[in-house]
Amino acid sequence: MEKLISEFSLGLFVWQTAIFVGLLFLLKKFAWKPILDSVNERETSIKDALAAAEEARAEMQSLQSDNQRILKEARAEKEALLKEAREAKADMINEAKAEAQEEAQKILTQAQEAIQNEKRAAVNELKQQVGTIALDIAEKVLQNELESKEKQMQLVNQLLEDTDLK
Amino acid sequence: MLSMQIKTNANLVLLFALFLTPFFLQAKDSKSSEDLKTEIKEYISHHLEDAYDFSLFSYTDASGEHVYIGIPLPVILLDNGLQIFSSSKLHHGEEVAQVGSNYYKLDHGKIYKTDAAGTINYDESQHATNVAPIDLSITKGVASMFLIAVLMFYLFTSLAKSYTKTGGVPAGIGRFFEPIVLYIRDDIARPNIGEKKYGKYMNFLLTIFFFIWFLNLLGLTPLGVNVTGNIAVTFGLALLTFLITNLTGTKDYWLHIFDPLGGSMKWYAKIPLYIILIPIEVLGIFIKPFSLLIRLYANMQAGHIVLMSLIGLMFIFKSWLGSPLSFGLAFAISIIELLVALLQAYIFTMLSALYFGFAAEEHEHH
Repeated sequence: MEKLISEFSLGLFVWQTAIFVGLLFLLKKFAWKPILDSVNERETSIKDALAAAEEARAEMQSLQSDNQRILKEARAEKEALLKEAREAKADMINEAKAEAQEEAQKILTQAQEAIQNEKRAAVNELKQQVGTIALDIAEKVLQNELESKEKQMQLVNQLLEDTDLK
Repeated sequence: MLSMQIKTNANLVLLFALFLTPFFLQAKDSKSSEDLKTEIKEYISHHLEDAYDFSLFSYTDASGEHVYIGIPLPVILLDNGLQIFSSSKLHHGEEVAQVGSNYYKLDHGKIYKTDAAGTINYDESQHATNVAPIDLSITKGVASMFLIAVLMFYLFTSLAKSYTKTGGVPAGIGRFFEPIVLYIRDDIARPNIGEKKYGKYMNFLLTIFFFIWFLNLLGLTPLGVNVTGNIAVTFGLALLTFLITNLTGTKDYWLHIFDPLGGSMKWYAKIPLYIILIPIEVLGIFIKPFSLLIRLYANMQAGHIVLMSLIGLMFIFKSWLGSPLSFGLAFAISIIELLVALLQAYIFTMLSALYFGFAAEEHEHH
């Protein structure tokens, strides 16, 4: 212990303290502060960058899921539209068929009616003509009645021949 | 990269010592081995002390004169004003230095005021009774500290500058030091002091860590400086830790010392306990930094003694078996010393941070 105390050099102690304290303040101003500041700055910037990347990733994910959802919706809508179109097509065809059938039925009915009318008219006309012809013949027969029997026959035949059935 | 350099440096110490010591020892070859042992012992104890010049090596020439090769350093004495002269005037205690009308002589590593003849009077216990003027010399230790201070300033300002140049990426040697700076921040300061208050202690912790580490490493170079193994230096460092701890102490820190039991007991029950507890706590304030100063001093001192003794053994054995063996041992120890250099700096910083943590603590209650 005595050796330690006698070894103790005041000069060295004074110089050491002066140098160390001086160095401490110089380094504080010119080294440690800028070093720690830039290291901190770097660390915060790294942290920020990581956070931003994470955020971007999350955003991307949400975008992707959004896209997925939109795609799904679009597909569903397409499906729905197609289905609707198919239904509409089938409806239209059925309707057209029904209409056409109806129309055809109508036309047929009209045609039948017309035929019926024509026929009736024709029959009527024939009836009239037959009547007229019969009357004519009868008239002629009646005119030539007294001349001879032979002649009457001849006349009838001739009249019959002349008569043109229209 | 640096540690590789340091290793080569450590090897250089040994090689250098191998080459240099013969100069010092050769002349005494004829003398008995008892003399050699004493000489090695003296050499080691001389090395452990601070010196007034930066001596590289010394030898005894043909005429029996000691020749010292080295750089003299300025001697500054406070003796009726400042007395400044070169340490070469002291001639390693062999001559009296005359400065103006004053005479000084170096005796056992201390400068004493003497008469013109350089007489030094001793008392019964072999202590010089001459007046020792207040000595503020730039000794080897002071010069080494200046060197380290300049080196540190250069290293860390260049690291700081490299951030602004490269946009937050360290360049050059800073790549080696930045992780250490971050380690001190994240693994020493933050866990011990706490997230809220660690910032204001960072400057001290970083400076003291690198200061001790670099000085320890410088002690392993062939320059043979032993700064951190000097009690005055470790005292100065520990004193700063002591001052910072107690000057930044919070109310809780002082409460912990003077009222360690807090509200857990009635006041009259605490009195008999506190008669013992408070003195222990108060003593603790001083013991903590004191342990710092002794630990660093003793470790570095011991490392130097072991290393130099092993080198000295080579010259005592002087055999084909013994000398290489002690060389191998010295080599291994010097590698361990590299680790110790870092470890002691780490421990000093770590414990300082721990004490700052006590000082900075704040609780709701205690």
